[in-house]
Amino acid sequence: MSTVAIEKKNRIHPHKFTLWIGLASIIMMFAGFTSAYIVKRNQVNWVTFNLPIMFWYSTAIIIASSITLWLAQKAFIDRLMPKYRSLVVATLVLGVLFIIMQIIGFSQLWASGITLQKNVSFSFLYVIVGLHGLHVIGGIIALMILFTKAFSTKTRSYNLVPVEVMSTYWHFVDFLWIYLLIFLLMIK
Amino acid sequence: MSNVLELQESDVHHGHEAHHEHHHHETFITKYVFSQDHKMIAKQFLITGMIWAIIGGLFSVLFRLQLGYPESTFPWLEDLLGHWAKGGKILPEFYYALVTMHGTILVFFVLTAGLSGTFANFLIPLQIGARDMASPLLNMLSYWFFFLASIIMFSSLFVQTGPASGGWTIYPPLSALGDASSGSKIGMDLWLTSMAMFIVSSLLGGLNYISTILNLRTKGMSMTRMPLTIWALFFTAVLGVLSFPVLLSGAILLLFDRNLGTSFFLSDIYVNGKILPNEGGSAILFQHLFWFLGHPEVYIILLPAMGMSSEIISVNSRKPIFGYMAMVGSLFAIAILAFLVWAHHMFVTGLNPFLGSFFVLLTLLIAVPSAIKVFNWLTTLWRANIRFTPGMLFAIGFVSLFISGGLTGIFLGNSALDIHLHDTYFVVAHFHIVMGVASFFGMFAGVYHWFPKMYGRYLNNTLAYIHFWITIIGAYLIFWPMHYEGLAGMPRRYYDFSGWESFKMFGGLNEFISVVAMIVFAAQLLFVLNFFHSIFKGRKVTTANPWGANTLEWTTPIRPGHGNWVGEIPEVYRGAYDYGKDGREFIPQTEPVGENESHH
Repeated sequence: MSTVAIEKKNRIHPHKFTLWIGLASIIMMFAGFTSAYIVKRNQVNWVTFNLPIMFWYSTAIIIASSITLWLAQKAFIDRLMPKYRSLVVATLVLGVLFIIMQIIGFSQLWASGITLQKNVSFSFLYVIVGLHGLHVIGGIIALMILFTKAFSTKTRSYNLVPVEVMSTYWHFVDFLWIYLLIFLLMIK
Repeated sequence: MSNVLELQESDVHHGHEAHHEHHHHETFITKYVFSQDHKMIAKQFLITGMIWAIIGGLFSVLFRLQLGYPESTFPWLEDLLGHWAKGGKILPEFYYALVTMHGTILVFFVLTAGLSGTFANFLIPLQIGARDMASPLLNMLSYWFFFLASIIMFSSLFVQTGPASGGWTIYPPLSALGDASSGSKIGMDLWLTSMAMFIVSSLLGGLNYISTILNLRTKGMSMTRMPLTIWALFFTAVLGVLSFPVLLSGAILLLFDRNLGTSFFLSDIYVNGKILPNEGGSAILFQHLFWFLGHPEVYIILLPAMGMSSEIISVNSRKPIFGYMAMVGSLFAIAILAFLVWAHHMFVTGLNPFLGSFFVLLTLLIAVPSAIKVFNWLTTLWRANIRFTPGMLFAIGFVSLFISGGLTGIFLGNSALDIHLHDTYFVVAHFHIVMGVASFFGMFAGVYHWFPKMYGRYLNNTLAYIHFWITIIGAYLIFWPMHYEGLAGMPRRYYDFSGWESFKMFGGLNEFISVVAMIVFAAQLLFVLNFFHSIFKGRKVTTANPWGANTLEWTTPIRPGHGNWVGEIPEVYRGAYDYGKDGREFIPQTEPVGENESHH
């Protein structure tokens, strides 16, 4: 960070701040699901399950996508626009790949007899993983907007805020997935 | 930001000449419909909320008609409601739908969106010294999601099988099974869809309010100089942002149960003699998720009313609010406790009594910050030079109702007493007074007080006084007798009490309550008339600061344009409550502290 930037602004940009509160509210929703899950687990009829192997691969993919987006942000700060563009594309591809792998994971689950309606524990698995997927899809849509901006020749904006907001959200859904994976492994 | 300034009408520079280089042209659509101006969005919330209040209030009149006259028929009801009132008598199914929609509409659409949607939007930028919200676009979306939610909920009133009718708390299994009742069919789906939209709206709004308050305060406006309205709206937004997502998670699980055959909340159920395949679910789980929102929700409704009443009482007492920091601290304490007491709605659901005793303790603890607030309001009023404006009367009425309704909360917070009192009219009386009517009073106080800022005109005072006295006397006449009925064990949600020997004696009392309810409803129409008439024909405001208040909204032009202040945003040098100081009636926040000024 240059000294100028530090002098100019010590306070957090309102958009970033708004995002953080939004993240708090997403955390509350998943806290609702996971605490409902814990309450339910302590009651009768709970059936344990094993997560499909595909979820491990998808974890690696989403971590990789976080790294590419982090590098993209660094490239953006250094004004290395070609590098930035290719890294945004890479993140986008990895994000889509993650979703595809989650869907494959779901079909593996289904094939192994772990279906949505069979038991409450299975239902929870689908709802929690599925809603996380929806949040990733939301991130992919935002990435596409960033992508069109990056490739549009008309707008040449060096405003860092949208990139930072995007990457904060993306890292958040990455961490959220890792948390959910650990949660589902530890408490099943 | 000077590009969004619009000069006031009386200003000599009026017109569209380019006095400002980027003067921004507004069409009818961008000014009144898809407006991004926080003041216009506030008015949109207010008027939509008022329309909902009329609908919700009308529903209560209809079901009070049934409760007051269970053995009579009213042929005109059939003309109005069609097959729902065959032969002039409301059907039991429709009675439940009316009660459910009354609750849903009043709790969510009027006292959440209509109250904090209006005043958070209107007052936050004006009172902290900001041109607009942190994100005007999200703010506009917040209103339009609310509008969408309204349309969906409104359309559910007209479907063949009727709107949702399982109570505003939509407990499963009634809400989860389409075959359970006619209101559990498409009406319930529309209810859930509408609420999903509503939650999005309230989250977008809440994010904006918090972000604006923390980031866009003008120079000198430290947190401890903020008016109490802003503090209250801030805690309201925090509660909303953290509790609505939990309701959303409950609603999502409910949608799965309804439509995809899962069993989160369902187990061992017979419908129409058939056993359902669902196994392993727990209806209590839904209640936990629901009340984790549901309890903070009552404070989402109450806190803005508290904040506005604090401000209005101080302004019209011409005295500083007593114990400003204690007021902020007690708001904070209430906000924290709001998250820790949800299970007091579930004392009799088979909750472990040991666990229940913790919730009793935490619930009764709320009495402490509440008592601090009441004490401070009363000491502010004590020996004050009170101006009984309509806004002030409603603010004092709020304090009165908050005391009356708060005291019965101490009864209900005891799990042992709750065994007798739960699901009786005692509960109905308690929450209507403390949360329903009290918050309405806060809302009325706010409208009467800030109407001159909203529309540059005054409301008619005579109509306002009539409105006040009928409403406060009526509110007590309606809800006070319900305490007696409740103590005698009369259950809530029943369609007809005439079949019970023990409740027959309340027939006359029920009729009395119904008559008063209709009179009070009519008095509210007086307010609506006053409101819309005064927008166009009210007496014009001629001074910038008609109430002699200290806060920043009165430093704007009489009719502020988009951007609020012409020129620079004023700087703030002091707190909002320097009334009656050093022989001066009031000292606005924009006035620098004098050298010889005394400390309060």
